[in-house]
Amino acid sequence: MSTMKPSKPLSIAVLGFGYSFLYLPIILLVIYSFNESKLVTVWSGFSTKWYGALLEDDELITSALLSVKIALMTATASVVIGTWAGFVMARLNRFRLFPLFAGMINAPLVIPEVIQGISLLLLFVAMEQTLGWPEGRGVFTIWIGHVMLCVSYVAIIVQSRVRELNRSLEEAAMDLGARPLKVFFVITLPLISQALVSGWLLSFTLSLDDLVLTAFLSGPGSTTLPMVIFSRVRLGLNPEMNALATLFIIIVSVGVVAGNLYMRSVQRKRDREMQLAFNQA
Amino acid sequence: MKSLNFSRWFPSGRTTVIGVPFLFLFVFFLLPFLLVVGISFSQQQLGIPPYTPLTKIEDDVFTLVLNIGHYKFMLGDDLYFATYISSVQMAFVSTVLCLLIGYPMAYYIARASESARDTLMMMVMLPFWTSYLIRVYAWIGILKNDGFLNQFLMWLGVIDTPLRLYHTNWGVYIGMVFSYLPFMIMPLYAHLVKMDLRLLEAAYDLGARPWKAFVQVTLPLSKNGIIAGSLLVFIPAVGEYVIPELLGGSDTLMIGRVMWDEFFNNMDWPMAATVTCAMVLLLLVPMAMFQHYQAKVMEEVK
Repeated sequence: MSTMKPSKPLSIAVLGFGYSFLYLPIILLVIYSFNESKLVTVWSGFSTKWYGALLEDDELITSALLSVKIALMTATASVVIGTWAGFVMARLNRFRLFPLFAGMINAPLVIPEVIQGISLLLLFVAMEQTLGWPEGRGVFTIWIGHVMLCVSYVAIIVQSRVRELNRSLEEAAMDLGARPLKVFFVITLPLISQALVSGWLLSFTLSLDDLVLTAFLSGPGSTTLPMVIFSRVRLGLNPEMNALATLFIIIVSVGVVAGNLYMRSVQRKRDREMQLAFNQA
Repeated sequence: MKSLNFSRWFPSGRTTVIGVPFLFLFVFFLLPFLLVVGISFSQQQLGIPPYTPLTKIEDDVFTLVLNIGHYKFMLGDDLYFATYISSVQMAFVSTVLCLLIGYPMAYYIARASESARDTLMMMVMLPFWTSYLIRVYAWIGILKNDGFLNQFLMWLGVIDTPLRLYHTNWGVYIGMVFSYLPFMIMPLYAHLVKMDLRLLEAAYDLGARPWKAFVQVTLPLSKNGIIAGSLLVFIPAVGEYVIPELLGGSDTLMIGRVMWDEFFNNMDWPMAATVTCAMVLLLLVPMAMFQHYQAKVMEEVK
């Protein structure tokens, strides 16, 4: 059996290298956000002045607020549509056009964003010409674009969760006379709530972070945070961006780790309860 | 009360339940593509929209004008051709590098103790949750001539003159591998972790050396993971814009960037649409492979 175990030193070396590759850039970014010097890579002393500068940067704050607003809208809409689509993928996949449906769900996961950006833009322009709506580009068009970006992720998460559901609860409700729609809202939805939460959070971060689609779909007056960041870092290093990045990284890391721990504990609790319920039956 | 209302239409509502998301995806995903194809045959003009219509009705005559000039230009132009080749090549090299780093990582994560696995995978996923733009930006400080990597290597005495990495293809490779690595590790891990280890045991019992057992047992069993991971990296990498723009040089030719420039700098929407069509054509085979793979994964879960 001992030959079965993978070699410990090799494992540590591989994982050590891999994780330093993934984390070292981020750690350096965080450390040097406290650098006093304007030359980001030359350490000249500890300072939090770049964080202060952030607070006075109106362009940044305005765009950040807009980004958060769009991300909230996107996450909510994506969860509704994505859950719907994911449920169809898992349970109602016996219709003739299903391959096309599945294709339209899967393709946005990998398709380069520039392609989706230009096609959606051309759609909105054509719509404006023929229907007179939407007038110009702005929050609405960005919103639709971001939803298209996120729906697939939500649908995939939801469909895999729905597939692994134990159907006995739904069947029991059905036997007791509940209609399909009621079963969905009262039984299925609570059972997949975890998938909805992860889908919502993922959509929120994807939307908050998106640059390429937004660039195609935004109009005057709808500049989002990534667009501002991009226009600045394009010119090279910028200490204020380091400070902003650090804030972002801290918020996301705390959120993801806490969310993960919470969901694990919920999962354990639910498994226990289900076990008990089935044992009693 | 409410359920009563619903119950009247639900049994016949199957079509509605399928139809709504279907229609949404059709209108906002498929239809826009058809428009791109259409507009690639039109001509640039000043005005709103900045392209000519394909059809017109004049004196009761319906005319359809398809301008194939952009396609002709694209096929004849050396720079465009070089851009395609270089996009595919850069995406391919990035994919191979991701695989070389990602496979051993996924392998050892999958063989770690059960309690460590979740944490290790969470750590792979965590960068994916933080801003992609910020993660690419982080490399500027490392790769610059006076950046951390050159400072470090010169301090070690390995090099005397700084390596030029920032604004070169090397910068793009590093940025791509860094950004796409989680996409490679996820499917690989998923396949490696559910592998039946008794198969390896059997191989060992039959006298196979570890390396041979790996090549003949583990590697074939993770084939689908390799294919999925590679496609998840390769397809978006071909059309990547942000990484070549931020880390690449002005001579880093990538199709996503060319399309972006045609669109935003030259305001030539029809040309941008043509480049997009060419990109889709280029990705058709890998996309079909990806669809096939996804369908297979869904079958397996059932």
